[in-house]
Amino acid sequence: MLVDSPPEQRAETAPAPPSRKAVRALGLLLSVAVLVLVALASIAIGAKALSPDQVWHGLFHDTGSYGDVVVDERVSRTVLGLLAGAALGLSGAVLQALTRNPLADPGLLGINAGASAAVVTAITYLGVTSLTGYVWFAFLGAAAVGALVWFLGGSRGATPVRLALAGTAISAALYGYLQAVMITDGAALGRMRFWTVGSLASATNSTILQVLPFLAAGTLLALGLARPLNAVAMGDDTARALGAHLGRTRGLAMLAATVLCGAATAACGPIVFVGLMVPHVVRSFTGPDLRWILPYATVLSPVLLLGADVIGRVVARPSELQVGIVTALIGGPVFIFLVRRRRTAQL
Amino acid sequence: MKTPTVNRAADMNRTVRANRALRTPGGLSLRLDPRAVLVVVLLLVAAGAAGVLLIGTGDAKIPAADVLRTLAGNGTAYQDFIVNELRLPRVLVGLLVGASLGLGGALFQSVSRNPLGSPDVLGLSQGSTAGALIVIVLMSGTAAQVTLGALIGGLATGCAIHLLAWKQGVHGYRLVLVGIGISAIATAVNGYLLTKADMVDAARAIVWMTGSLNGRDWDQVWPLLALCAVLVPVVLVGARGLRMMEMGDDVANALGVRVQRVRLVLMVSSVLLTAAATAAAGPVAFVALTAPQLARRLTRSPGPNLVPSLCMGAALLVAADWASQRAFGADQLPVGVVTGVLGGGYLLWLLVTERRAGRI
Repeated sequence: MLVDSPPEQRAETAPAPPSRKAVRALGLLLSVAVLVLVALASIAIGAKALSPDQVWHGLFHDTGSYGDVVVDERVSRTVLGLLAGAALGLSGAVLQALTRNPLADPGLLGINAGASAAVVTAITYLGVTSLTGYVWFAFLGAAAVGALVWFLGGSRGATPVRLALAGTAISAALYGYLQAVMITDGAALGRMRFWTVGSLASATNSTILQVLPFLAAGTLLALGLARPLNAVAMGDDTARALGAHLGRTRGLAMLAATVLCGAATAACGPIVFVGLMVPHVVRSFTGPDLRWILPYATVLSPVLLLGADVIGRVVARPSELQVGIVTALIGGPVFIFLVRRRRTAQL
Repeated sequence: MKTPTVNRAADMNRTVRANRALRTPGGLSLRLDPRAVLVVVLLLVAAGAAGVLLIGTGDAKIPAADVLRTLAGNGTAYQDFIVNELRLPRVLVGLLVGASLGLGGALFQSVSRNPLGSPDVLGLSQGSTAGALIVIVLMSGTAAQVTLGALIGGLATGCAIHLLAWKQGVHGYRLVLVGIGISAIATAVNGYLLTKADMVDAARAIVWMTGSLNGRDWDQVWPLLALCAVLVPVVLVGARGLRMMEMGDDVANALGVRVQRVRLVLMVSSVLLTAAATAAAGPVAFVALTAPQLARRLTRSPGPNLVPSLCMGAALLVAADWASQRAFGADQLPVGVVTGVLGGGYLLWLLVTERRAGRI
């Protein structure tokens, strides 16, 4: 398909550039197809393996049989994986464009640390034990740190270096606080050590419903920012010359990234590397245009996250390896390979 | 942390004017910056004072004068036991670890030409932690075995980073990026090991991961001291080309620096220093990142500022341990917590003031 279609497209529209566009659009469709396959695999594969028949039956003719119950459980997990993956990839792509820094990811800007610190506070001092309770604290923490980084980074006059430094500083301070709490309070350590690795295992429909509005709003905002962020990526002077509102764009981009990353972290714990890696991979075949990078990142990040989750369930059967660990174990080598292959990862 | 070129040029001019060259009859000359010398002296005094205060702090309080008398060998038997057997090794470990981290951090930041290129960011600390956690969780090892595990983990990580970043030479940016990748992998391994551990091992692992000076004795002092005695001179001699390398590889090559060789020697030294320090006290957060920055600001001199960073690291770590002991009671909170919070706070303050001065 990929080989045949571009000439047809070319015949219909203008010559060279649209054909490239068509290839990219087809690539995007192909990515969606891959995503659907991975999502189905995520429902079928696990401690109890299901046949495609059973998956189909469970999805569309739910009769409450054993297989159908398993499908139900795995559907919420898969949906959360889809949402969280898309959110993480998109926020990573936005942050990298915003800070013009290939190293930018939610971890580097301290947003993960903010969520973690808020959750620890909620568990230890406020007696919150249920996931539905501390989702909100994680979100609040991420948003607060996002705002703080934005303010300390110089708000309207923010530069990449300032933002990165502010993020590093805040996450280090919060990390110290986190360690102090975990050392002095054994019960908090018992719960936190599972939350901090990042996992999809605790997914329920209520978690999904709670984070869904934030994720939807963040996604729309981020996708809408593609064009202004393209201008920002060219450097302050050029962007200003092109008529971009630097301050407003940066503020909105920071908002979108914080909302996305905060909600994802709240639901699954801090999952590293999806936000850092997927935009790099995508950029290697779309080029620097964010109007393509952002949609691709939205579609391909869940592929990575769900794939990692499936792998984690297969390799350690009947127990499982948390998805945050698998993404890092896959993502680390891929990232190093990318770094080695490209000149130096540039935006 | 880029200063505009105008400022930097002004700085250079000032330091060039202030420099005095020390010439020996043999034709060797050594440039001395009076301000840097003053900073080094003051930092050494501060580190010594914090060390004396730290020896005096604890369940049995000893006034500073008595500590000094006991150190000179004139104390009572009771004081002698507490000071020389129990608390002096702890302070010495603190000083040595701080010095190693400060020096290692300064080297890393200078070689990678990036203020964020510290062992914390590059994953050396995480690699050491992985080594230590494997020993704690999977083998329930003794303290000595944990130290060995941390050392091996740190060195293996250093080798991995260097080999993976090697591609017809090591480029600063690639080094940082590869380090970040390695760091993420090691962090994942650590997280996995923590979830596998039972509660007792997990608590022990968390304390180790924070970096602590509690219960350090002479067994930790000697290896670290020996290593520092060998490596610090090696680094200081080898670092002559470092200042030129900060201008970029091409310029340094043109000025006659053997860039790759110098870089290899310095990287190996700093990996050894950091790994040994981490093995002795755990990954104490932020000292390697902050000490060189603070030192650079105090001396107001461009270049790697190796000796001031070393002294700053030692003073910082011991002062942080003292502060933690005073504020939270003896052995309640490991020093790593304090350095993490203080270091983060310091960076924030730095950002605010730099911003006000319009320098970043």
